Amino acid sequence: MNGNAAAAVRERYRKLEADAAARIKAIYNGPVIRVGTATCGIAAGALPVKEAFARVVEEKGLPAKIIDVGCMGHCYAEPLVIISKPGFPSLCYGYLDEDLAARLVDDFLINDDPCYEFALVALEPNDVFPTFSDFPRGVYEQKIVLEHCGFIDPGDIDHYIARGGYGALAAALGKAPAGVLDTVKESHLRGRGGAGFPAGLKWEAAVKAGPGEKYVICNADEGDPGAFMDRGILESCPHQVIEGMLLCAYAVGAERGYFYIRAEYPLAVERVRRALEQAREKGLLGGAILGSGFNCELEIFQGSGAFVCGEATALVRSMEGKMGIPATRPPRLAQSGYRGRPTVLNNVKTFAYVPPIFNRGVEWFKSIGTDDNPGTAVFSLVGKVAHTGLVEVPMGTTLRQLIFEVGEGPANGKAFKAAQIGGPSGGCLPEAALDIPIDFDSLQEAGAIMGSGGLVVLDEDDCMVAIARYFLEFTQQESCGKCTFCRLGTKHMLDILTRITEGCGEPGDLEILEELAEDVRDGSLCNLGATAPNPVLTTLRYFRDEYEAHIFEKRCPALMCKELIVYYIEPQKCSKLCNVCVGSCPTEAIYTRDDGLKAIDQEKCVKCDNCLKTCPPDYNAVIKLSPPGLLTEKEGKKA
Amino acid sequence: MSKPATIFIDGRKIDAFEGEKLLWVALRNGIYIPNLCAIRGKEHPSGSCRLCYVQVEGCSEPVTSCTLSVTDSLSVQTRSPQVDRLVKSAFELLLSHHRLGCRDCAKRKSCELLKIAKERGLKMKLTRLALLDQEAEVDDSAETFVFDRSRCVLCGRCVWICREVIKVGALGFSRRGIKRVVTTFQDVSLAQSGCIECGLCVEACPSGALYFKEGKKPAAAGQCSCRGG
Repeated sequence: MNGNAAAAVRERYRKLEADAAARIKAIYNGPVIRVGTATCGIAAGALPVKEAFARVVEEKGLPAKIIDVGCMGHCYAEPLVIISKPGFPSLCYGYLDEDLAARLVDDFLINDDPCYEFALVALEPNDVFPTFSDFPRGVYEQKIVLEHCGFIDPGDIDHYIARGGYGALAAALGKAPAGVLDTVKESHLRGRGGAGFPAGLKWEAAVKAGPGEKYVICNADEGDPGAFMDRGILESCPHQVIEGMLLCAYAVGAERGYFYIRAEYPLAVERVRRALEQAREKGLLGGAILGSGFNCELEIFQGSGAFVCGEATALVRSMEGKMGIPATRPPRLAQSGYRGRPTVLNNVKTFAYVPPIFNRGVEWFKSIGTDDNPGTAVFSLVGKVAHTGLVEVPMGTTLRQLIFEVGEGPANGKAFKAAQIGGPSGGCLPEAALDIPIDFDSLQEAGAIMGSGGLVVLDEDDCMVAIARYFLEFTQQESCGKCTFCRLGTKHMLDILTRITEGCGEPGDLEILEELAEDVRDGSLCNLGATAPNPVLTTLRYFRDEYEAHIFEKRCPALMCKELIVYYIEPQKCSKLCNVCVGSCPTEAIYTRDDGLKAIDQEKCVKCDNCLKTCPPDYNAVIKLSPPGLLTEKEGKKA
Repeated sequence: MSKPATIFIDGRKIDAFEGEKLLWVALRNGIYIPNLCAIRGKEHPSGSCRLCYVQVEGCSEPVTSCTLSVTDSLSVQTRSPQVDRLVKSAFELLLSHHRLGCRDCAKRKSCELLKIAKERGLKMKLTRLALLDQEAEVDDSAETFVFDRSRCVLCGRCVWICREVIKVGALGFSRRGIKRVVTTFQDVSLAQSGCIECGLCVEACPSGALYFKEGKKPAAAGQCSCRGG
């Protein structure tokens, strides 16, 4: 592109940006209520809260605007809103309900009382209320991918443009595609889909595959239990991903790209669709983007929810209308992918890193994280942790910092037991392994994988055998069945684990289980099969004593495996005055003894846990015993 | 024509061409490597049976020879402790989902499972794994042959012949995971399907899953092209 054309592209973008900035500034001249309506917010009740705001604002005739935003990562405190009012710092409120919404309108918007007692955090530095950086979490978090998430309206492209969005694309269009590729290569950006393959090399392979039709695909087939990073990003800031894909398409010479989004993410699909429409209207997508000679069309392809379709070759096959089953490699997708053409397939997060790298420079990006793993890691922090949510920390942060500082440790004062990292392909790491830095290589050494970034915190109440079984059951059910090891190996492993959790484990089971796990790891066709044994291998490595307790003592140390526990009411703690457990029992297994205390008829008990949950804290009389044989001892004492 | 290449299999010097798959070079030269799913002429190997592992010099992990492209001076060993372990494990896994009882199996003389067991000194019984339940039913609706799914090892040779060679497409893979089967469209019986009873799938089948009924073997049975030449 010659200098004049590049200047014309820049000029056209400058006008877009100026218009968007003016429009957004006008919006924020008055009070604005931003309601987090990503899936996490909606699940926690954000829609009624939003309606309540709308109703009260209308009743009082206020000029306040109500805007949908995505997820800012503090999912534990949903529904969340941010209220901006000229003269005050923008304040974020959590745990909203309709009453609090009405009160905030009354007190804050009408009477200038920001109700600090309900506020979580202020967005801008100020003299009255702490900001994100004043919390432990703020010290560790650094947001690149999630920078705009939760603060902008994903349904209005001007919010993104006003923050400099699509500026990286406009600047890149003035350069040769090779220059764009070089920037990504120099940044050492590693793909965030799980394996950490350098994105620049992948793109370069597609360039080297020669001229002709090429494709760019964004893998949003996120399917790990407990992972929702990609969903959160697409629902909160779809334009950043679109811009990253366009930069990729420009670099490799593709004129068509696809979002492969699983159909179970309807809101993400809707928001991406809307974002694509708006980008097209603004001339940022389609023919002659920003008046340049670059054409690129992006479309959405909805996946049907097979876990294995997250595997690159299976994903492409499913897009071609074939069974979603992995194929042997080579050829790599970059040589022969979708419809046999060179294809670049990257994860949502990988594409989302690209625009910031162009905006702030390669050196800035490499200054974050570690030498071999530049940038940040995005996790969905879930499970038995106090502050669940979407978090983003520099690579090299330790798991301990992530779980105990950012997530504030296990909930309800329980003892930490393990971190399950990387989903069903990942592993369980014990307390002793928490000081390893988070990066692709260190996690792999410890037996886990970064995966796409699910992190489930487990506490003392979680049985590691049952957890391993849970994840293996998932991969076994999601196995495509093509190759011998994954189809049959995971089935045998699951059968053995099931026997162990049911108290039917035998000496020798662990050896067979371990051998099989290693063989499935080494022998499977695709990476989903090869990583499926990770939960089993890591729990065998770090929690072997729990397996042995199940097999040799028929005891579940975490009191979780139903076949290995019994419920028991301790007479010395039980009260004659209380009948709660009797009512809670669905099978009438609990009866009142002659002395007025309660006891459980083990024949009728189905171990539903209701009595333990309902027994008032004053008594705490219901306990679990394992092995079940302890019951005779207890009952013997009583008699 | 691709460039000639000299390679070494178990120390033996062999002439081949660059880009050929090692499995076929080995078989052509009389060196047996266990395999079930490999189909000559199929451009993209399936790689699903996981039996044809070999050890490549300079490579720590075994690789499947059906996907290994020959390059000049490539050196491989068909056996190594790691290779033997994977082959033994894959073989026992297949047996755990395969109805044994070779005595009354029509394919006992040509069974490739038996051949693998013999070549590699493996047992035709389960030593550490339990036999998995199978609900497979026998389809004897076709006039000339029987399809006994309980002996199917899902190698895919019949599917390939039916779809790519004969272009009938009566057989195909269906379902996922442990439930994966070779079946007809909508699971109708072979007689109700589009099967033309050419018999090539029966000849392609390495196990006792597809076999001719007594005296029904076609006189002019063609050479099955998935293993030939």
